[in-house]
Amino acid sequence: MNKIMLFAQLKEDAGKSAIETKAAGKTVGELRDFLEKETPLGNLDGIMIAVNEEFVKDDWIIEEKDVIALIPPVSGG
Amino acid sequence: MTCEITREPIKIEDIYQKVVRREAGAVTTFVGTVRELTHGRKTLHLEYEAYESMALKKMEQIVEEIKEKWPVLEVAMVHRIGRLEITDIAIAIAVSSPHRPEAYEANRYALERVKEMVPIWKKEHWEDGEKWVGNQQGTKAYTTGKPEEGDFLE
Repeated sequence: MNKIMLFAQLKEDAGKSAIETKAAGKTVGELRDFLEKETPLGNLDGIMIAVNEEFVKDDWIIEEKDVIALIPPVSGG
Repeated sequence: MTCEITREPIKIEDIYQKVVRREAGAVTTFVGTVRELTHGRKTLHLEYEAYESMALKKMEQIVEEIKEKWPVLEVAMVHRIGRLEITDIAIAIAVSSPHRPEAYEANRYALERVKEMVPIWKKEHWEDGEKWVGNQQGTKAYTTGKPEEGDFLE
């Protein structure tokens, strides 16, 4: 299983800070499609995806136990 | 650790002390504070949230980038999260260097990079509503917080 961490508006919308799903073997793009279609998270355009605390692109392949995070546009500073 | 995320009020003296060196002829400090008015709209208070472990990693990455680009001596930054009131310090960045040009330039670079790619989010609380700022969900635009080409693992 893979933990998918949620922040900011996504966390509020979901009512929790993380969800679990089986993502190993999927690309980040496939995971994005899956989350959009099969979860209430909705449209994820503009949301970056980090795997194990690094930004990755849609062709990155997810492995077992990778920690995934959905990163909305940041607004620190 | 020269980078920090805290829930406590930020003290400028602390971050200054982290970078001051005998070889330094310049220390620049940037202090980002909570502004009351944005485009005429009145903020009551802000709330910051961070993906703390990744945010710290990215802040340390920025420090490394700066040390490659400029002959600076030390860089330190601290970002506060949680509820912040008007005039509270949200971020402080200090850079020391032998001479002033690189201390100024590196300090500005540090802040701009934080705004691009460090996973920290701000929620505005106004008199008439609230919103996570920079959240462009539902649009194609990723107008704030856009990591650059080199920020992705290949």
